[in-house]
Amino acid sequence: MTVGVQHVNDAQVPFSRFLWIVLEKSRSVLLVILTLVAWEAFVRFFDVPVFLLPAPSVIGQTFLNDWHVIALNLPPTMIEIVAGFILSLVIGVPLAIIIVYSPTAESFLYPPMVASQAIPKVAIAPLFIVWMGYGLAPKIWIAFLIAFFPIVIDTVVGLRSIHPGMLQLGRSMGGGSFKVFLKLRLPTALPNIFAGMKVAITLAVVGAITGEFVGSQSGLGYLMTSASGQMDTPLVFAVLVAISVIAMALFVVIELIERISIPWHSSSRTRGGGH
Amino acid sequence: MQTHQAMQKNVQRLGMRLEGISGDDQAFINFENVSKWYGTGANRLHAVDNVSFEAKRGEFISVLGPSGCGKSTMVMLTSGLEKLTSGRITIAGQKIAKPYTDLGIVFQQDLLMDWRRVLGNVLVQPEFRGWKVTDYEQRARDLLQLVGLEKFADRYPHELSGGMRQRVSICRSLIHDPEVLLMDEPFGALDALTRDQLNLDLQRIWQENKKTVLFVTHSIAEAIFLGDRVFVMGPRPTKIVEDIKIDLPRPRKLDIRETPEFMAYVHQIMAIFLKMGILKS
Repeated sequence: MTVGVQHVNDAQVPFSRFLWIVLEKSRSVLLVILTLVAWEAFVRFFDVPVFLLPAPSVIGQTFLNDWHVIALNLPPTMIEIVAGFILSLVIGVPLAIIIVYSPTAESFLYPPMVASQAIPKVAIAPLFIVWMGYGLAPKIWIAFLIAFFPIVIDTVVGLRSIHPGMLQLGRSMGGGSFKVFLKLRLPTALPNIFAGMKVAITLAVVGAITGEFVGSQSGLGYLMTSASGQMDTPLVFAVLVAISVIAMALFVVIELIERISIPWHSSSRTRGGGH
Repeated sequence: MQTHQAMQKNVQRLGMRLEGISGDDQAFINFENVSKWYGTGANRLHAVDNVSFEAKRGEFISVLGPSGCGKSTMVMLTSGLEKLTSGRITIAGQKIAKPYTDLGIVFQQDLLMDWRRVLGNVLVQPEFRGWKVTDYEQRARDLLQLVGLEKFADRYPHELSGGMRQRVSICRSLIHDPEVLLMDEPFGALDALTRDQLNLDLQRIWQENKKTVLFVTHSIAEAIFLGDRVFVMGPRPTKIVEDIKIDLPRPRKLDIRETPEFMAYVHQIMAIFLKMGILKS
């Protein structure tokens, strides 16, 4: 093969391939763009009133114009989400450990835990407001209440997934139960704990917003309810966009922490890669 | 040698008084009328039935029997991880009452810790025992070299093939230089070629280290190839049906399996299995 042919190949083949790769990688982006275009066309063609359904361009304009209002209400919501999530981790993981090590504790804790998930959060949110006032606390606890469940469930599954031989090995190496837990059981459970955390962080967003809907003086949920009260539908949509961006960003953060802390696990490796 | 001194200290720390313990011809591992039942009441399961034997220090014993007969249980009783129901087991005159730590175990699954690199997996032994890990690093590398994995010390287990993983697991069972090695169908999950290779490797390692080995297998050829003695085990509740001394020169090569002497052992064992009804003609 001559250098010239090589050169032609380099120039021609990769271009169509490049296009193909871009198309393949950006499928979801493409879908979003198509939806937005269709949405925009629909609203303009049928002349839909803006308080019913604003066009994407209007929402985008509102987002830029009212950015300071959104930014002002962002911190309380962020605090509620993150605090609720951390709380669910700090309480959920030890709870799971107790459940795994003590069948008695399991029989005590499991039924109320499941019951706590059966109750609609919107229904008990007003109670939390009554008990804790209009501040951040009730929202943090609602976020916790909804987020801790997947963490407990996944951690229990993870801690139980250890091979019995591994426990025998630990004891044959003279390890006490604490050492076996710390060095064998907990690392085995880490992938499951991270899976639970990924579900929990998105649920914490839902919890915080739900809490703000019911009663608050600040936050994105508050902004949304007040905007919808004033029939400012474009702002409602703009806040909605902000919330989903936050949720996605937090999810990505957890995924990054996962990649850094358990690089050995398949969930951290490139998808579709070997093995 | 620093490592050796450290190990001597550790031996003392374990309370193992090796001085004054017998030479080669006395029993090192001793089973006296050992029985094991699981559970209670109507669900009681009789796993091991009145097993007695003596193993000399440095002896390689193959424990051969059908799947689920209780041979693994019998061997695990040696570790003290499983409690025996009646009888007595001693190692070097010491009665086994709680988990015995001066041994290495290799299971059918390699049981590597996915979150540790290969070297870290081998060094988990001294780490668990609270020994100075750096003292053992060179020995860990030497062991990895012995099984041809010196270049993989910094890899994660998921980057290794099944055979390589099991080799790492063997290194882990030897790093603390234990007197006793328990192997519970260690090559059962491997393909035939890898299995042959690991049989050769294990023989070489054993000849260099001279551990007392209890090797559980359900492969007749593997049992004969590796063993100084083969215990032919009966169905559950298992007992030693026949204790066959394997008189073949070492080091044994794979083609020894085609010699008439080897075949004679195979036929002898097959005849026992036929008689017990484990094999049907």
